[in-house]
Amino acid sequence: MLTAVIFLPVAAALVLLGVPRIPDAVVRWVFVAVAAIDFALVVVLWSRFDGTGFDHETQLPWMPSIGVSYHVGVDGISLPLLAMTAGLFLAGAVYSLRHTDRPRGFVALLLFLETASLGVFASLDLILFFLFFDLSIVGMYFVIAVWGHRDNRRAALMFFLYTFIGSLVLLLGFIGLYLAADPSTFDIPTLVEQHPLDGSPVAGGLVLLAICLGLAIKTPLVPFHTWLPPAHTEAPAVGSAILAGVLLKMGTYGFVRIAMPALPEQWRRYALVFVIVGVISVLYGALVALAQTDFKRMIAYTSVNHMGYIALAIGTAGTIAGNTEQARQLAVTGAVTQMVSHGLITGALFLLSGVFYDRARSYDMGSYGGLAGPAPRFAGLVAVGAFASLGLPGFSGFIAEFQIFTGSLGARPVATALALLGILITAALFLLALQRMFLGQRRLPQSVPEFADARPNELVAVAPLLALALVIGVLPRFLLDVIESGASTVVELVAR
Amino acid sequence: MSVLLWALPGLPLITGAALLVAGRRADRRAPVIGVVVAALLVPIAVLAAITRPSVQAPMLAGLPVELAVDGLSALMAVTVTVVTLAVLVYSVAEFGRDEAASRFFGLMLIFAGAMLATVTATTLLGLLMAWEVMGAASYALIGFWWREAWRVRGATTAFITTRAGDLGLYLAAGAAFAASGSLDLDRLAALPGPWLDAVTAGVLLAAAGKSAQLPFSFWLSGAMAGPSPVSALLHSATMVAAGGYLLLRLSPLLHESGWGAETAVWLGAATAVALGAVACAQRDLKQLLAASTCAQVGFMVLAAGAGSMVGGAAHLAGHAAVKSLLFLTAGAWLTVLGSKDLDRLRGAGRRHRLIGAAFTMGALALAGVPPLTLWVTKDLVLSGAPTALWSAALVASALSAVYAGRALFTVLAPPTGRHRSRRPAPAAMAVALVGLSLPAAAFGAAALWWPGLAASPLEPVGAAVSAIVAVAGLAASAVWVRRGAPLPDAVATAGERWLGLEALARLVVVRPVWSLARALARFDDRVPAAGARGVARFGRAVAAAADERSERYLAAGVSSLARGGRVVSSFVEGIGERAIRALVGAVAAGGSRLGALARRPQTGQLHQYYAQAAVALAVLVLVFVLVVR
Repeated sequence: MLTAVIFLPVAAALVLLGVPRIPDAVVRWVFVAVAAIDFALVVVLWSRFDGTGFDHETQLPWMPSIGVSYHVGVDGISLPLLAMTAGLFLAGAVYSLRHTDRPRGFVALLLFLETASLGVFASLDLILFFLFFDLSIVGMYFVIAVWGHRDNRRAALMFFLYTFIGSLVLLLGFIGLYLAADPSTFDIPTLVEQHPLDGSPVAGGLVLLAICLGLAIKTPLVPFHTWLPPAHTEAPAVGSAILAGVLLKMGTYGFVRIAMPALPEQWRRYALVFVIVGVISVLYGALVALAQTDFKRMIAYTSVNHMGYIALAIGTAGTIAGNTEQARQLAVTGAVTQMVSHGLITGALFLLSGVFYDRARSYDMGSYGGLAGPAPRFAGLVAVGAFASLGLPGFSGFIAEFQIFTGSLGARPVATALALLGILITAALFLLALQRMFLGQRRLPQSVPEFADARPNELVAVAPLLALALVIGVLPRFLLDVIESGASTVVELVAR
Repeated sequence: MSVLLWALPGLPLITGAALLVAGRRADRRAPVIGVVVAALLVPIAVLAAITRPSVQAPMLAGLPVELAVDGLSALMAVTVTVVTLAVLVYSVAEFGRDEAASRFFGLMLIFAGAMLATVTATTLLGLLMAWEVMGAASYALIGFWWREAWRVRGATTAFITTRAGDLGLYLAAGAAFAASGSLDLDRLAALPGPWLDAVTAGVLLAAAGKSAQLPFSFWLSGAMAGPSPVSALLHSATMVAAGGYLLLRLSPLLHESGWGAETAVWLGAATAVALGAVACAQRDLKQLLAASTCAQVGFMVLAAGAGSMVGGAAHLAGHAAVKSLLFLTAGAWLTVLGSKDLDRLRGAGRRHRLIGAAFTMGALALAGVPPLTLWVTKDLVLSGAPTALWSAALVASALSAVYAGRALFTVLAPPTGRHRSRRPAPAAMAVALVGLSLPAAAFGAAALWWPGLAASPLEPVGAAVSAIVAVAGLAASAVWVRRGAPLPDAVATAGERWLGLEALARLVVVRPVWSLARALARFDDRVPAAGARGVARFGRAVAAAADERSERYLAAGVSSLARGGRVVSSFVEGIGERAIRALVGAVAAGGSRLGALARRPQTGQLHQYYAQAAVALAVLVLVFVLVVR
């Protein structure tokens, strides 16, 4: 069933491409239907999840000579990300109902991308993981290069360049793990069980460096983030939402799924690096975002900020001295919650930023003002998204960040106290953005007489994402029960 | 009874959220819904105060959200619900037909729910959540008339400033968890060593921020941009007092830390004196009342530090009634006369007798005239205080008599005839004013009879001295109103600008942060260009070394672009070249896996992989050209 969830979208994409002369409207509705079915299937997976270890596991031999198999399964860490991915693609599908630019290719590409994304989170084999990871890069490259706007080619190339080089380094690390294991294998659970590089500091350090470099580029953590702002700014709205919501999580997920449990000794040794890089990402991302004049670029930099909290948390989880298991578990749970939360909230904000481009072809904050007048629903959605993103209690971002702060402060008091400043800066930048664009005197770019309010498909795409962020913020147990089951395993594995 | 305690914050939160979602459609019904919910909350709070329930729900691992009602919470809950009801009744008449009543009442209810959760929370988690939601509601309500940019600026300043203080609660929560694995408020005082100090510092910071104590006071000035009912409920009676509540609740922690209590005492005293003086210098009635709020909350902070729990709590509740009454009268005048400028309100009390009477009652209570409420509660706070503190507080009391008297004698002065409006106050406003006047006058006296409070009786000498000070202050202010301000210009200006605290914050914090942010952004814009150029060069070098022929081919293909010789074009071309190489790799990887999937024989020989890669690249380039062109 998990396999069906993964490959249903790409199968639908092949059908769409194969059948000639499908009307564009049908193509768009097929996207919605397939995404909805896939989401429903993930919900079924969730309801059958028993909460211990890997579930819904499938393992088929693939390249047995080099220990590669088709091995998929879900646990408490991957299941929420699968659900978030399927949900975000569904929102993207609804949002795309008004997409008119070569919809067939667009829909097929996004369905392909959905399979690649789900595949990354379900993979329990390094090569399978790498394959899906790279396919997602290829898919996103085309989304930006073909359906982006303004300076999109250059941004797409830059995105490709960075993340692909990152993935090659990642592959190098995977091969290092493969060679160290006895018998050599790419199977993640086996590698985790063996944690073969404990006791060999040089090789282990190098492999960790390679894996983490690759994942840090994808996440992205400062200083590897420079591909992100142009890619986000020039991508179409749905592309940005998927890029921020899903693709960035592949990096952070890789840390938790592969780097931490398979290289526990190295992780503990270099935990401080993650703490420092995390804090720098938090503050640097927030400060640079504060100075932006382009709405979409600003949201892009807040992603760097939000990913920094995750790095802080997983770095703390590798800090054993002066730390308790309860705190480490809280930090890791917070990190995974942040992945889900950021997907929902930033995904929603990127979809909303598409409204600016659709109406007035500009993201420049200076050219808008008082939009709450002509577009009250749109203003309301952006305001809710902004408050959710700045970590207001009652939304998922708070649940994530509070756990990260509370779990990290004991072991890393200075770093965590500095990271706390991040939520103040993000509060300032979001309120200033609201103030400039939505409140005060009405102002629109020249040559744009009217600004239409959120259309039904935009509302239906975005509102459920924010509603889900609200539900998680108020009643988080349904999510945290699942995440905690996975997080406690990771915490134990790192402490070995 | 547990349902009752969930309903206390839950009912207004859910109703408020529903009103916000309904939007303009619910404008007509929103006032009724708001008042009905507020009216329901009062008996719920009273029942909860009597039955003292406690409830718990799981939230984070091992860190549940718990609500409970003890003596302090009971007093707070009843105070909050009563003031909320009065303010919402008043608000029915405040907004015109075309205004977004649904948004207003929705936000007010959300605020009330958050405030009720704040005062019943028994863990830092629940407290922090409710605490920050209050701040957000405050933001949205200050900026209620969002078309006017200056109001929105006030709202933004208020939220950011209070959130800076809120970081203290995050810090406290982290420290408490690190030390004990628990966030229970009751257990904070028992924490060990440095964690205890961290929690104390965090709590003091949060309280000072929310309660607009020094040096954060300035945000409350900007908060006056909101509608008068908002000032009455949030920015005087309840939210601003939450810092005082928090310190009263955690008074044992302050004392256990060894320095927290002393800090709170002097922070409160300094704010009471400084902002009392600021209040004297205001020309705008709402600004005067706002500065006075800071000063009065200073007494509560002082009480928490001095361990005078009963006095602090009584002062909080009494002040809530008095100050909301005063803000509502200011709002009523703003509605019927169109001004809150003290000069233009001259004689307003004589024209509108009901409003004037209510204002007189409130102002006399604020001045500390016996036997009205604040005279009693202030002296409860100060009973047993050491001499130095008592003297400082006496100065603050004298100042409060001066500013209250100044406002009072101005509105009671003979009218100058500049006003034409004789519009009576709407009925709803009148009801609210009358309803609040009673507790504003008599709560203090009633508190003396309250069972359990008799343990801390008034000190007769102190009470007598403060009564004399109050009367003397009033007399001085009467002279001031008649003869004009005796202040030098510089002092008056500094007072009117709230001691330049906001300018100071901008200079010391905001501007450096902005400069840093801009510098980093400029830096960040340059890095990718340089980085990408470097990578492109590197890529070309590698390509040249690896395959001369393909290099030549590619170079020929792109040299037409590069011929212009511009750096930009060569940069782009470099990237393109790299990307194609990267694509080769991607397809090679993908192709070889797919090949394996199809159970093709794996030769492991490199040249075959390269052949596959070349074929795949050709396909990909074809697709790319077809799709893109």
